[in-house]
Amino acid sequence: MELAFYSAGAVAVLSTVLMLTRLNVVHALLYLIVSLLAVAVVFYTLGAPFVAALEVIVYAGAIMVLFVFAVMILNLGQHGVELEKQWLTPGIWTGPALLAGILIIEVFYLTRSGTAGLATGAVEPKEVALVLFGPYLICVELASIVLLAGLVGAYHLGFRKVEKPEIQYGRNTAKGRAAASRNPVLARTDRLARTP
Amino acid sequence: MLVRRNLIFVLMSLEVMLNAAGLAFVVAGARWHQADGQVVFLFILAMAAAEVAVGLALVMQIYHRFKSLDVDALSEMRG
Repeated sequence: MELAFYSAGAVAVLSTVLMLTRLNVVHALLYLIVSLLAVAVVFYTLGAPFVAALEVIVYAGAIMVLFVFAVMILNLGQHGVELEKQWLTPGIWTGPALLAGILIIEVFYLTRSGTAGLATGAVEPKEVALVLFGPYLICVELASIVLLAGLVGAYHLGFRKVEKPEIQYGRNTAKGRAAASRNPVLARTDRLARTP
Repeated sequence: MLVRRNLIFVLMSLEVMLNAAGLAFVVAGARWHQADGQVVFLFILAMAAAEVAVGLALVMQIYHRFKSLDVDALSEMRG
């Protein structure tokens, strides 16, 4: 158990350092995913299985998918095919794959041995839920409001202006006004984009 | 975070720092056998999710406007 804890911690530190020293964003993302998985194993060995599952699902699943989407969208159309060929060479994914292999061996070992928690003792998910929805209930509501604000903010900021015919033809010409009024989607985006 | 000048690297370093804070909370909760550490980690998780959504939307907006993700290229953005 302690061997698993220390080796997972070492994997986490090593992959984070490698993440910070990569020059390519995608390589750094691979190492960051391995780092988050290693932290999840550390949580499991500390006796917090619920938080370990959340770390894998939310951090390594949802947030990293957001990062990968953003990187893919920003990289679009420059020199796609050669870049992908270059990414598929084995030298790039062997480092993260080795570190992830260490983590998989640890997970098998931990589930075989079947004991969760170091000597300090585990905190069960039931206790967490009782505290979370007892004294911390107002914080849960505040967290939901923060998530809603993040949703609205991301929608507003991620709104990309469509190519507008008024700009193409000039805003005050009859042709531009007619083209804008003909297309309801463009008319709506124009109204949204003009509000400060 | 201060060495890298790419905005996406800045966001990823932010994630690492938030994760480190959450790890400290969970370790403290395990040490004193309290559930509060894991509760605070859940709040950090929710905050990080909202932050990264807004941050990545900002990054894409900046890329479309400046055609660059360099932090130093955005230094004229004042006022």
